[in-house]
Amino acid sequence: MKKNIVRVTDVTKDFDLGKIVVKVLKGINLEIETGKYISIMGPSGSGKSTLFNMIGGLDKPTAGKVFIDEVDIAQLDAYELAWLRCRKIGYIFQTFNLIPVMTALENVTLPMIFAGTPGEAATERGMGLLKKVGLTGRHGHKPSELSGGQQQRVAVARALANSPAIILADEPTGNLDLTTGAEIIDLLKEMSEERGVTVISATHDFKMLNVSDQVIWIRDGQVEKIQERDELEINTGGMSS
Amino acid sequence: MSRLVVLPWKKSVEISYKSIRARFFRSLVTTITLVLAVSFLAFSQITIDIADQILATGDSGHCQTLIQCGYDIRPGDTSLAASPKQRWIVVLSLLVCVVGIINAQLMSVTERFREIGTMKCLGALDSFIVRIFVMEAAMQGFAGSLTGALLGGITAFLATLIRFGSDIFTFLPWQAILSSTSLSVVTGLGLSLLGVLYPAIMAARMQPVEAMRVEQ
Repeated sequence: MKKNIVRVTDVTKDFDLGKIVVKVLKGINLEIETGKYISIMGPSGSGKSTLFNMIGGLDKPTAGKVFIDEVDIAQLDAYELAWLRCRKIGYIFQTFNLIPVMTALENVTLPMIFAGTPGEAATERGMGLLKKVGLTGRHGHKPSELSGGQQQRVAVARALANSPAIILADEPTGNLDLTTGAEIIDLLKEMSEERGVTVISATHDFKMLNVSDQVIWIRDGQVEKIQERDELEINTGGMSS
Repeated sequence: MSRLVVLPWKKSVEISYKSIRARFFRSLVTTITLVLAVSFLAFSQITIDIADQILATGDSGHCQTLIQCGYDIRPGDTSLAASPKQRWIVVLSLLVCVVGIINAQLMSVTERFREIGTMKCLGALDSFIVRIFVMEAAMQGFAGSLTGALLGGITAFLATLIRFGSDIFTFLPWQAILSSTSLSVVTGLGLSLLGVLYPAIMAARMQPVEAMRVEQ
């Protein structure tokens, strides 16, 4: 049976800029299935990031509802939202956002500490995750001692720390070169398949389309079209080769 | 299963300590503000403690020196108090110090906006962020106040040693000096915590979505 991890119903979002009210989202309806690899594409200013933040529980809609795992996020208090961010969602940022004063291992174990995992278990799991993303032996390095691609790998490991149901990746390849970006995309795809985690990424990167199960195109605050994988291959087959 | 995120105390101390170490010079500047203000406070207090004791000996030669140093001694006085002007200068220096700390801590919060936003995305509560900043301020406050109090005490001691000679060894009021030193340390710690309060609350109120912003 199909299970939806994220459900967005009639979501609108207005930003009140004092003199004018900007309508960024104009009624979005979406259902995202568990375990899928989803890309949200759209030009800048299309409302892509706003929608993305709503799905991640980082922003609340003006009207409409966002359900994560069938829980309406507007109903959650600060503690429950923190718990949701800690346990259910793993975030990956364009700018990596590792905590600069912590080592790779400490960055990976931080969400586990928040989740109440005892120190030793967290270390063991953290080392396992770093190995998984191909950073064996680099656990003691600070972010400044790692390359961009390696930092993003640490971020992927950190996002997986509490075995979340969703990984939200905001332009994960935006600050990386082509090859390194492709490696991160492959890594995300691999993690998605292996662990059944739903990956949702906002992106401009056409490399991302090849691995996506579904692509949601946003234009002018509305869903322009949703393409399934099989439709995509026809359209982007020429580009990928 | 309880739906609560946690941050053990040991871990928050560790994070705070690392943050101070990573921004050592910035922390040093904040701490030096405190060292100077607290050493001035300790210096004035301890000088008066010693002068009090000198007055209590009743030695007319020493009393003469005290008057030369600017103390108003009337016949029959048993203790010396700081003049209102002196007190005002101390209070003002402490005020300037608090303003300096607020300024430095606000800078530190601004610099760490993304870090704070990221922590919130990872599930940190507002209280975790406040706690980390307060711990940092407490560590800086304690180190700075202790250094300041010792510095002020030593200066007061040396200044009186020069004026009154080695005689003062016989009547140093250890108990009063110790209580003035501790009072200065406690005051300094209090100022440091007072200074971080507003910046810490500002940091905690930050929305996690800030972490997503690329420009900065």
